[in-house]
Amino acid sequence: MSASLAKAVENKEDLRKVLLSIDDLHVWFELRKFGFGHAGYVKAVDGVTFDVHRGETIAVVGESGCGKSSLMKTILGLYKPTKGEIIFDDKNLKDLDTKGMHWYHSHVGYVQQDPYGALPSFMNVKRILEEPLIIGGVKDKEERNQRIRKALEEVKMSPVDDFLPKYPHMLSGGQQQRVVIARAMIMEPKFLVADEPVSMLDASVRVEILKLLRGLQELHHLSVIYITHDLSTVSYFSERIFVMYAGNLVEKAKVRQVLDNPLHPYTVALLTGTSEPDAKNADTYKEIPPGEPPSLVKPPPGCRFHPRCSKAIKGLCEIKEPPDFEPEPGHLVACWLYEK
Amino acid sequence: MIALKNSLRDLVRYPSAVLGLVIIFILMGIAVYALVTIPYSEAVRLWRGGEDVWYQNPKYAAPTWYNFFSSKKEPVSFAVNTADGSMKKTVTSNSPDISTVDIIYSFDYNYDTYPQEMTLYFNTTFTDKLPFASIVWITPDGRKIKIANMAVDHKSTYRFSQDPKLQKSLKSENVMQALFSDLKAEDPTLIKGQYQLAITGTTFEKASDINAQFVFHGDLFGLAGTDKYRRDLLLPLLYGTPIALAFGLLAALGTALLTMIIAAIGTWYGGWVDELIQRITEVNLVLPFLAILIMIGTFYSRSIWLMLGVTILLSIFSGQIKTYRAIFLQSKESSYIEAARAYGASNSRIIFTYLIPRMIPLLIPALVSSVPSFVFLEASLAVLGLGDPVLPTWGKIIDDAFTDGALYRGLYYWVLEPAVLLMITGLGFAMLGFALDRIFNPRLRDI
Amino acid sequence: MTQNTELLRIEELVLYFNSLQGPVQAVDGVNFSLDSNRAVVILGESGCGKSSLAKAILRLLPRNAGTYSGRIYLDGQDVMLFTEEEFRQNIRWASISMVPQAAMNALNPVIRVGEQVAEPAIVHLGVDKAGAISLVRKMFQHVGVPDDFISRYPFELSGGMRQRVAIAMALVTSPNLIILDEPTSALDVLTQANIFNVLKRLKKELGISFILITHDIATSSELADDVAVMYAGQIVEVSDAHRFFDGPQHPYSKKLLASVPRLHGDSEPEFITGRPPSLINLPKGCRFSDRCPSRFEKCVEDPPVIEADGRKVKCWLYS
Repeated sequence: MSASLAKAVENKEDLRKVLLSIDDLHVWFELRKFGFGHAGYVKAVDGVTFDVHRGETIAVVGESGCGKSSLMKTILGLYKPTKGEIIFDDKNLKDLDTKGMHWYHSHVGYVQQDPYGALPSFMNVKRILEEPLIIGGVKDKEERNQRIRKALEEVKMSPVDDFLPKYPHMLSGGQQQRVVIARAMIMEPKFLVADEPVSMLDASVRVEILKLLRGLQELHHLSVIYITHDLSTVSYFSERIFVMYAGNLVEKAKVRQVLDNPLHPYTVALLTGTSEPDAKNADTYKEIPPGEPPSLVKPPPGCRFHPRCSKAIKGLCEIKEPPDFEPEPGHLVACWLYEK
Repeated sequence: MIALKNSLRDLVRYPSAVLGLVIIFILMGIAVYALVTIPYSEAVRLWRGGEDVWYQNPKYAAPTWYNFFSSKKEPVSFAVNTADGSMKKTVTSNSPDISTVDIIYSFDYNYDTYPQEMTLYFNTTFTDKLPFASIVWITPDGRKIKIANMAVDHKSTYRFSQDPKLQKSLKSENVMQALFSDLKAEDPTLIKGQYQLAITGTTFEKASDINAQFVFHGDLFGLAGTDKYRRDLLLPLLYGTPIALAFGLLAALGTALLTMIIAAIGTWYGGWVDELIQRITEVNLVLPFLAILIMIGTFYSRSIWLMLGVTILLSIFSGQIKTYRAIFLQSKESSYIEAARAYGASNSRIIFTYLIPRMIPLLIPALVSSVPSFVFLEASLAVLGLGDPVLPTWGKIIDDAFTDGALYRGLYYWVLEPAVLLMITGLGFAMLGFALDRIFNPRLRDI
Repeated sequence: MTQNTELLRIEELVLYFNSLQGPVQAVDGVNFSLDSNRAVVILGESGCGKSSLAKAILRLLPRNAGTYSGRIYLDGQDVMLFTEEEFRQNIRWASISMVPQAAMNALNPVIRVGEQVAEPAIVHLGVDKAGAISLVRKMFQHVGVPDDFISRYPFELSGGMRQRVAIAMALVTSPNLIILDEPTSALDVLTQANIFNVLKRLKKELGISFILITHDIATSSELADDVAVMYAGQIVEVSDAHRFFDGPQHPYSKKLLASVPRLHGDSEPEFITGRPPSLINLPKGCRFSDRCPSRFEKCVEDPPVIEADGRKVKCWLYS
């Protein structure tokens, strides 16, 4: 058990309490025409609501252009929400001043997709890991060194002394990603946002890194938001899944529920589209909805998936946006097919 | 720093870069040597001291090594004196008060043309009675020519060519020709061989003494020649090196760093800061750079530090800002900057610790390549008459040469020496800069 | 209609690159064959030399190419013996074409898409512009790109569309064989599935053979009739797809298959410890031995290729 977890247990903290609460979040980016005129908004996140509990891993699954990156960056504090609330540890992000945001940043870790790009190429590992500590106000040099060593040991990069003077280009992809994870963990955050952390790594390394993340999550009782487009990794690493399409969350449920009983037609399509190594695949065509995800500037009226949905209800799906329905407990889906 | 070592290794593969580096090292060596052997005050004294400092040198003398290239050998100037023993002096006491001072100097004259002038500077000590000196000139063919008999004061100067009595006795206005050839011959040509100058001096007091300095003005002098004021050109050539290098490097460094910092700040903050910087840059591009420098030099001060400061100021908001801006805009979106924002780095930290270090490899070739233009700028200012009034610089040599019509007079060395040095400096830095560009440029892809 | 004739046979193909640290032995004696109208997938991780293999087959050698030897039999003829010009006219894009890695980024941004696809037709088939455009229309139909996209620029298309355009460009000269280098690695799940549907249809309707080069084991099974596993410049296993995915032979193949996460993950995926060897300093003996769980004394020697029952494996365990 980690120090922070032990402390939490001692304080009788509710280990399952809600850590992060997103309420009707909208993140719109203004489109400028010729730098002056207003040409509309890119509605990257258009009404997203969910909760994350302590120690819980949530996978946000969706294809490129669905807004998951913007959602994640807004949670990280890099973008300002256009509408809606983000409440972390009972503090509304809107109310935080610069110092408050500083505090928030040290409680959230960010693991990015491209391990090489995420590390400054002109700094060595020690310096890279030292930066968040310095910014976070850890003044004592000894303490910084200790924390750096601990972080590297936790991501299983040993012997630590071998890695401290190395520069990013001297490390393999997997090692680079470990450094990124160590950097995210070094301030002992309460939660981690991982954006496609393994998609740029080799197949055999992916599993290692995912296992490492899971181990860290268990050890520190971390909450993790795991963003991916690869459904096959989800069952190893998450408890709940949110499926995102064109700025909305179309299905929210436990992983087992979604994998065994996918409800939203888009979710069904995603599962069908995901391949497993099976020679019979070569003889069958996959049934997938035609077309492409819509533009976020002018999304289709009503349910945004209706132009591609084979099960669209005429007169309903193209007019009204569906709310969340709950056909089975804990399994929410935004689809008129499940209106009771 | 490991990147630096690797770059040095890559650099060695380019012969032009190696040559450039060699040139730069030689120049730096000269600069250090000049600064060490000639302290600043000494340099200023030698450059602006006045006649007292320069009297020993001939006017408009070409460098000694001219003789390598011409078939007609021209005489080399020299100066000897009794005080340091280069001219032999013997004192014989005839009686308690009267002594004879014999000063003899022999030298070989194997040149093809006549010297400019010969001068004797006497430095005597006495209380009441002036010593007496008798000067005799002995030619290789054995003729003994009486030059002068005179009383010598504490400080006396005897110029051979300007003594009307000597002119009369030699029956020629051109004393030098008369002394170095036999005018009585059918076709007087210059006689080569050993010449002797004999001074027989008499002192009439016990403590009285005669010291003499024999200054021989040939057509050639020293390593670099002399100018109109008899100044040895080696001084400004040597001392101009550190000045040129310092001006060039400081201006290049200052401009490059400040340009990068300003571009980074503008690009990062965006908005009105960026707009302001862009507008200032655009206005500055249109401003006449040299005209402003001339204005400041004419109306205010010509000090080299002021010129350096104004140069840097006007050079910062240059087109380079736009180049850096384009690259910073790209860098701004990199993953590691995003990560830094996510762990709470402040704006200034991101600019100075994350953005700018990325750009330093880009900066280095541009910096090195821009040094020559600043060195030339300093020289140009001097030619326009705006050079620093006190310091001996290469540009000042060219300015003096230009004012005095050096090329018209055929005094090519006066112009060529500083020009060649300027060219070599430019060449050295340019070659190094190009090679660095070739090495660092592929890395631009990383941005 | 399937004709089981041998279309391509590669023997002892070698391609080394020159580098400051020594020769990079990217392709080190590769042997495999492909019948017509079949697809073989070359499976391997990054750094195993599979992209270099594609370049070696198509003779797209970079400037620092060193040793290049071996025999490539296309329809019974050794095309390695062709001169540069013969190869360019008859083989490249005429018989074999390629969809390179990140093809969607390889489209010229200032030329309209239709013109780009038409270009190989004009060069190799000698058709005029109008004839080429009608060919382009047909190809677009095959890959599922709407007609009106012919006059668009690449930036107006999505990633999936651009990849389809790249496939059309490889198709337009009606080659017998198309080499695909990581065709879907940068694409989303649904787009990926769509592309594979296209490829499957092309194989069925036009009888084209494919060499698919990828590291993605799961999607490789969508197209593969045969599987060849590449490690450190060598092919370590060749087998038909059915038997491979049910039970691979080489220890590396076993580990690769075990590392694939499954949707309904009952068992934990495994990972392979260590890293592949550098292609410059290759170890003696079996190149996988230092990471192999079944390593034994014989592995200090380079194992031969053991053929049994139509499957080939380069491992001492099967001798």
